[in-house]
Amino acid sequence: MAKQRIVSTSINGNPVEFLAAPRQTLLEVLRDNLDLIGTKEGCSNGNCGACTVIFNGRPVDSCLVLAVEAEGGELETIEGVALTDGLHVIQDAFLGQAALQCGICTPGFIMSTKALLEENASPSEDEIRFHLAGNLCRCTGYDKIVRAVQQAAEGVTN
Amino acid sequence: MRDFEYEAPMSLDDAVALLSGNPAAAKPLAGGTDLIDHIRTRRLEPDLVVDVKKIPDLNVLELGDDGLRLGAAVPCYRIYGDPQIAAAYSAVADSCRIIGGTQIQSRASVGGNLCNSGPAADSTPSLIALAARVVIAGPGGRREVAAEDFCTGPGQNVLESGELVVEIVFPARPAVGGSHYRRFIPRNEMDIAVVGVGAAVELDESGQSFVSARIALAAVAPTPLYVEAAGAALAGQPVSDEAIAAAAAAAREAATPIDDMRGTVEFRKHISGVLTERVIREAVARARGEETGYRIGQ
Ligand SMILES: Cc1cc2nc3c(=O)[nH]c(=O)nc-3n(C[C@H](O)[C@H](O)[C@H](O)COP(=O)(O)OP(=O)(O)OC[C@H]3O[C@@H](n4cnc5c(N)ncnc54)[C@H](O)[C@@H]3O)c2cc1C
Ligand code: FES
Ligand code: FES
Repeated sequence: MAKQRIVSTSINGNPVEFLAAPRQTLLEVLRDNLDLIGTKEGCSNGNCGACTVIFNGRPVDSCLVLAVEAEGGELETIEGVALTDGLHVIQDAFLGQAALQCGICTPGFIMSTKALLEENASPSEDEIRFHLAGNLCRCTGYDKIVRAVQQAAEGVTN
Repeated sequence: MRDFEYEAPMSLDDAVALLSGNPAAAKPLAGGTDLIDHIRTRRLEPDLVVDVKKIPDLNVLELGDDGLRLGAAVPCYRIYGDPQIAAAYSAVADSCRIIGGTQIQSRASVGGNLCNSGPAADSTPSLIALAARVVIAGPGGRREVAAEDFCTGPGQNVLESGELVVEIVFPARPAVGGSHYRRFIPRNEMDIAVVGVGAAVELDESGQSFVSARIALAAVAPTPLYVEAAGAALAGQPVSDEAIAAAAAAAREAATPIDDMRGTVEFRKHISGVLTERVIREAVARARGEETGYRIGQ
């Protein structure tokens, strides 16, 4: 067995060290070793986006990142999104627009939306749909999700 | 996933040493969007994964008077995110905007797309159209091959054991030049090309005649396909429906697709012609600086 290594990262602003074998994905380590189970596993092959986290400022599928690649990096997961005194505008918007049913896809959509709005505070509907093309939802339908992103964008710009 | 060792060398020499020390069982890792899935599904079984993203030579992205240098590990978003590069080498930017979704584009590299050597790879036709050369380093030193000579079969390429791609170099663009890549898929995004076409054209000063053109196709042959005859049908001709139709006929003729769930031979050959026409027209419009109607998903 390949030796486990110590990986030093920052997760949601806090320094975190963890042990990981090279063959473990970031998704596995977040969920199984660090108990950050807000990040979901859907397909484990890069198609569904349920495992989206923000890695050094960019949204990535954590199922397609090796945990050892996180050495020296900065990670943001769904656990870091809510504010100490309440929900983030994006979370509020998803609730307000009823943009979730079972909720498995929601953390991924919220992380993708966060990355989008950080880059482009007032995206067009087309831009929203293309940016979120790597996130799949099996139950809600995308119109409500797009409306939630639009509401969140208004909240972010206001 | 199957067990393997991981190294992240900081220099090209170290990477070559690691890869050639373990040639049969070592694999370079760029964005991992193919490799990690292939290890998980046991299509590949490396004992050593060599992360090449920390090597400065593979992260170069430099536009200069002599052309463009694109490090093999540069992720897609950096390419289309640079407005000057996206304007001068727009076919590559077009490819990078449609490889997977945003999350994939954060990690996937053009070098990885090339080295994975899939017949439907979306960036390779753009490299061929733009006359790119692939710079390879290995235990025997450095060498270069033309992009159209890199892939040798589905999943196969000219890399010898211990070699890796360092960068992809593109010649300077002509004064009046334009390029474009698009593919046909049944959805708007996140799908594998049924057919893809990349074209780069050079026009004369008036913008009314073709000086030269290069055209390459995806998903219609065992490798990305350079169609020299399609470019030859345009060279020296006025920009006209006839010349463009002749180039499209050459592309249709050169395509030797297979039947599969994505499309039949007949359909793929037909689409090869249709897309070639559209892609040439878009490249011409870009060369002339005209407003164009292209948007992803059309
Ligand atoms: C959800 C999803 C959607 C996708 N959509 C598309 C699409 O629309 N179009 C498309 O063309 N592809 C698509 N892909 C495939 C993949 O994203 C691309 O092929 C991508 O460009 C691969 O780049 P990478 O940096 O991730 O390569 P990696 O996975 O890191 O590497 C790919 C292969 O190349 C080798 N390699 C990498 N770098 C080098 C190097 N410098 N020298 C030598 N060998 C090297 C690796 O060992 C591996 O065998 C998709 C993949 C996923 C998961
Ligand atoms: S679990 Fe990672 S993309 Fe589906
Ligand atoms: S709410 Fe169930 S998958 Fe999206």
